[in-house]
Amino acid sequence: MSAIKSNKTSGTKTIKVDYLARVEGEGSLFVKVKGGAVKDVKLKIFEPPRFFEAFLRGRDFREAPDITARICGICPIAYLLGSSQAMEDACGVQVAGPLRDLRRLIYCGEWIESHALHIYMLHAPDFLGYQDAIRMAQDHPEYVKRGLRLKKIGNAIMEVIGGREIHPVNLKIGGFYKAPTKKELNTLVEELKWGVDAALETVKWVATFPFPDFEQDYEFVALRHPDEYAITEGRLISNKGIDAPIKEYDHHLIEEQVAHSTSLHTKVRDRGACFLGPLARYSLNFDKLSPLAQETAKEVGLGQVCANPFKSIIVRAVELLYVYEESLRLIQNYETPDRPALEITPRPGKGYGATEAPRGICYHRYTIDEKGTIMDAKIVSPTAVNQPTIENDLRNYIPSNLDLPDDQLQWQCEQAVRNYDPCISCSTHFLKLNIEREA
Amino acid sequence: MTTKKTDSSLGSNGRRKPKLAVWKFASCDGCQLSLLDCEDELLAVAAEVEIANFPEASREVIKGPYDLSLVEGSITTPHDAERIHQVRKESKFLMTIGACATSGGVQALRNFSDVKDFVSIVYASPEYISTLKHSTAIDDHVAVDFELRGCPINKMQLVEAISAILNGRKPNIPTHSLCMECKRKGVPCVMVTQDTPCLGPITQAGCGALCPAYDRGCYGCFGSMETPNTCALSEQWNKMGVSQVDIVRALRTFNAYAEEFRTESIKRAERT
Repeated sequence: MSAIKSNKTSGTKTIKVDYLARVEGEGSLFVKVKGGAVKDVKLKIFEPPRFFEAFLRGRDFREAPDITARICGICPIAYLLGSSQAMEDACGVQVAGPLRDLRRLIYCGEWIESHALHIYMLHAPDFLGYQDAIRMAQDHPEYVKRGLRLKKIGNAIMEVIGGREIHPVNLKIGGFYKAPTKKELNTLVEELKWGVDAALETVKWVATFPFPDFEQDYEFVALRHPDEYAITEGRLISNKGIDAPIKEYDHHLIEEQVAHSTSLHTKVRDRGACFLGPLARYSLNFDKLSPLAQETAKEVGLGQVCANPFKSIIVRAVELLYVYEESLRLIQNYETPDRPALEITPRPGKGYGATEAPRGICYHRYTIDEKGTIMDAKIVSPTAVNQPTIENDLRNYIPSNLDLPDDQLQWQCEQAVRNYDPCISCSTHFLKLNIEREA
Repeated sequence: MTTKKTDSSLGSNGRRKPKLAVWKFASCDGCQLSLLDCEDELLAVAAEVEIANFPEASREVIKGPYDLSLVEGSITTPHDAERIHQVRKESKFLMTIGACATSGGVQALRNFSDVKDFVSIVYASPEYISTLKHSTAIDDHVAVDFELRGCPINKMQLVEAISAILNGRKPNIPTHSLCMECKRKGVPCVMVTQDTPCLGPITQAGCGALCPAYDRGCYGCFGSMETPNTCALSEQWNKMGVSQVDIVRALRTFNAYAEEFRTESIKRAERT
């Protein structure tokens, strides 16, 4: 059971949330407070491990996209595309032109679906005081209906290009099995136009929510691309000095074992925790957003950098607006490619791939042999990297909120976790986790 | 912040709504997401049932027993092997959703290896990992009232199954092969016309024959159809030049431990 226990004689208070709600996957939260100071914070992951890196060994390189997609039903494109690009890198092939645009378009679909889900169904209920969006819909049906329609359009993009929204079947190394026609993509245009307006309204709506004053000094890490708001590829950059090609990911972001937990935490080499996801992308790539997205952000009072994680809901809405516009642009410029995919011949070597999943950078590294058999695989999901940052937030946020009634303090802690839209199913397949359970 | 209370336990007819619970075991979350992906039907479904326990969507936890439990994921840990019995005890009707729950999922690939090797490949401190040797389907542990196949499930089949169960009728979910669905859609057979290996002839319909419609062979994500002729299909693949190793790989993906796929893949693996 979730509970807050106060012990007056020892002056300790523990907050235990045994099953975090409105996150994808199974996690729990444990916070111990003594005399106004936070003694311990553990965001625990008890999602059972599934050993993807292990069973990928010995599989054919062409199987990696469909297999790794099953790491996450919420962001399969991050896995389909990250693994494809890593394999293409290993084989010395680069996908460009209309096939690259098509990849960006289906990725916009995933962002729309995931961001609309998180803004409306998972996060907004926290700000408005509802247990969930369905209960919220009884008082505010117009908002929930708008959220569902916004989300549905993202799924429609995934469906038209990929065949279905969860684990789409049409993506492969080198491109697609079958390229959609311009006519098929044009069926999306009317709804996308509505979506641009609705996303704009979304930014204005969520900006009216009450936000605690909680700015932190984060190291933001995101991909950056010279010509666009990076989604499918880019250099690894940070606001504290990282600027490197993706094949140097392992040099800059290292995993280390920490004393309080058996989880391996990612840290920036010689520094500390880092922050992936919408806030990082926005703060590092503001100049690459569309004029409308930039203006709208300014209009609702966001600066070019946003370091308040509670405001991630506004940033997610700005990104939602951007990917709606971007989808329209991509469809407008689309011409059916001559062939749906490039031929790929395996060669022995290592390949790297990283994309911006809705929650932040999702990194893939594979070693294959001359036949294309996978010898080694490493996959890092954004939630795993954000885990220490989430714990730091709780450590810093709780002390000034200790006077809140217990149930509200617990809810605030949950909300602080949901700021990151954590996807626990993703993180678990490699996390060094402690399965120790609270009674 | 205070909780706003609304009485969601009564239906439009004033009667108590059936209580729905969604449970997660080892999985990717995609199948329960299918419920939230029913954008057009979600609020209508919510008007007919009380969402009593669905952590991915709600903080609210209403105590059991539940009229209908949807179970996603496979059993892979000692704790989950116990927890599923508790879920069964609290559920009047239990429906499993997706390949993990109905066959053990992609994580059942460990069943063909030594899980200890898997643990040490992925984890630096294997001693902290509590896992079972095999990933198994829910019906290996408790009685299951209805199984919905797919990796992921088809959301229209989900809506059909939920409404059938709540109305006391049998869900209209065909168990014939994908080929039937493909023919009905008018998709030319990819085996015949493109020489593309396809698992359609032994795979249960339900996805809408997606892969052949996108010029690729079915990869079996709905698991085996009723009484499949797996041997004949493997022979045909052989004739098309597919190696035994690749046949084994094709059978060992998201439904690797489903009985018919498993038996055939073991038989083929012995010949490599």
